[in-house]
Amino acid sequence: MADNTTKIRTFIFDNFLFDAEEDALENDTSFLEQGIIDSTGVLELVDWLEEEFAISVADEELVPENLDSVNLLSAYITRKTS
Amino acid sequence: MCGIAGYYQFNNRQSNDRRTLERMIYPVMHRGPDGFGFFIGQTVGLAHARLSIVDLEGGWQPIANEDRTIWIIFNGEIFNYPELREGLLARGHTFSTHSDTEVILHLYEEKGKDCLADLNGQFAIAIYDSNKQSLFLARDRMGIRPLFYTLHNGSFYFASEIKSLFNADPALPREIDPRVLSEIFTFWSPAGTETVFTGVKQLLPGHCLEVTSTGVHEPLCYWSIPFCPDEPGRRSEQEYAAELRELLIDSVRLRLRADVPVGAYLSGGLDSSAITSLVKHYTKNPLKTFSVTFADKVYDEAKEQNEMVDYLGTDHHQVACSYQDIAAVFPQVIWHTETPILRTAPAPLFLLSKLVRRNQYKVVLTGEGADEVLGGYDIFKEAKVRAFIHAQPDSDLRPQLLKRLYPYLAMSPTKSAEYARRFFATDADVSDLFYGHRPRWKTAAGTHVFLTDHVLAQDRDPVQGLGYLQNDLQGLDFFNRAQYLECKVLMANYLLSSQGDRMAMANSVEGRFPFLDHRVVEFAGRIPTHYKMKALNEKNVLKQAVADILPTGTVKRKKQPYMAPDILSFFGEAEPDYLDYYLSESLLTEAGMFKPKAVDKLLGKCRQKSKQGFKENMAFVGILSSQIVYDKMIKNFKIDTPESLDNVKVVS
Repeated sequence: MADNTTKIRTFIFDNFLFDAEEDALENDTSFLEQGIIDSTGVLELVDWLEEEFAISVADEELVPENLDSVNLLSAYITRKTS
Repeated sequence: MCGIAGYYQFNNRQSNDRRTLERMIYPVMHRGPDGFGFFIGQTVGLAHARLSIVDLEGGWQPIANEDRTIWIIFNGEIFNYPELREGLLARGHTFSTHSDTEVILHLYEEKGKDCLADLNGQFAIAIYDSNKQSLFLARDRMGIRPLFYTLHNGSFYFASEIKSLFNADPALPREIDPRVLSEIFTFWSPAGTETVFTGVKQLLPGHCLEVTSTGVHEPLCYWSIPFCPDEPGRRSEQEYAAELRELLIDSVRLRLRADVPVGAYLSGGLDSSAITSLVKHYTKNPLKTFSVTFADKVYDEAKEQNEMVDYLGTDHHQVACSYQDIAAVFPQVIWHTETPILRTAPAPLFLLSKLVRRNQYKVVLTGEGADEVLGGYDIFKEAKVRAFIHAQPDSDLRPQLLKRLYPYLAMSPTKSAEYARRFFATDADVSDLFYGHRPRWKTAAGTHVFLTDHVLAQDRDPVQGLGYLQNDLQGLDFFNRAQYLECKVLMANYLLSSQGDRMAMANSVEGRFPFLDHRVVEFAGRIPTHYKMKALNEKNVLKQAVADILPTGTVKRKKQPYMAPDILSFFGEAEPDYLDYYLSESLLTEAGMFKPKAVDKLLGKCRQKSKQGFKENMAFVGILSSQIVYDKMIKNFKIDTPESLDNVKVVS
């Protein structure tokens, strides 16, 4: 879980926050509300999830409840890979 | 069409005035390559670069009135000048030319600033009245022709382009205004009067300004887009369509007035097809049409263009545009836009105007403006769908409509309906004055992660920059509000300028826009909202107005917005050499606008995969264009004005 969190944070910083300070993102910050990930960014995130964790994200799983913060993502990955 | 420039000196300075005027007019020679004219008065100097279109022999400027006390320079066209001239002659005025310019001059003599109400055209005007020692500036209603000004060291300078102001006096400060930079990275253009350069302002569309010995007076609004709440009385859609058709026919007729041949852009969409077909059906003008084709099929509309060419039998010319073509001209394009842009879309239009000029044409009609005034854009449709969902928030079916919105985009934001629902803020308050535009601005503002703390520290809520529009927006419904905003901000400050005037004039070509005839705009403002977009059928009244003179497919096809490849243009084939310079850590640090490390990460992302999301595309084009603006307009700004200009007609 902790490992996933680090991976997720690295991905978000590299791809969406670019050169922001570490404290720019709490693990429960909403990506959508803070404008961190826009609607095309969601698709990029899904591509990464599928490749990095060898999972398949179903259409009905494409909801903010699964993907909209570091913590939500981490929990979702745990559910999918356990 | 032309370029204008000039000054007003408050301290009666006796410097080398002629040389100042030469330095100002020479940088806009592309706007008027056919010759220069100058006037030097006691406090005012006027300069003009001419592109001969009306009264080829006699229409040189500046022009004076009968007793040579009032002088005018003018960039643009007054399409109803023959009618106005007849009236003036009947009232005893004497004309020395056959040009439209002189008509403005005599009208001004009679009516002062109220003369603007009589003009049907696209213009930037400067009039010097030696009796009052005053300088009068005015700009057309929609903002088709540009006019910038600044104050420096006791002088007021004005010109068609900013480079003329900077070249007037090397001591004039050239600095990026961080507040306007963040506006551009939100709205895609400055919000209002300010430009990206501190202290340089534009005269807003529909405004005039007077400068006298007491100073620069507050600009006055003489016309505003009259979107009304639904017109009282019951008229059918068909009646609106019939009247629109008549107005468009007349607007096209007026815009074919020229002493040189007039061509047309043909994009393949409804608007330019409608204009071209009206020319074909209602005038004897020989039809030469021009279009861009894209190597990338996502953006290409060649099939639709060819369908129209076959249907109308025009003499058609195309210019093919690849990723590399866009990248190759991009720095030159930015030299002409003089402002950062978040899309590459102006670049293909630069190539298109070059094609027009190569064919010895100077004037083209285009379909610009129809989407704004007649309700064509997806942003209006999006607002309508959002409001529809808002009305029944528990409905599971309504959010599905969002999926229908953007099918032409390779990376659709609405693949996930739930995301779309959250992203498009369907629970937002419909009565918010900026309701329709908030989602777009939020997406664009995602680019702010690249702005330096210095820029962000001076950031302000975008709404502050648009504060001057708030009164006009009161009393309109959300649909008309979105149309009004689109006309005032994106159309005036980006589409008609960076993508319109600047790209055409860069190759000495004049665009004319029948949909932006003020009579058409005023009429469109009275069409009830539910007729303009019927359910989700955009430009419904226009379609009815022209259905019988277009192929069915052109009328029924889903609207494809004009776009060009952004990041792909720079990474899809070969990377242009100049990226290393413009995006180098040293130039980024020196310019102080963007975080070098963040830009480096973005570059890495682009090199890894050239297909990127909205934010990355806007950020990349925005950052690159800002850096080019910094380099060409600030750091290395240099225009070598020749010691003597050729083909000069001096009048004074």
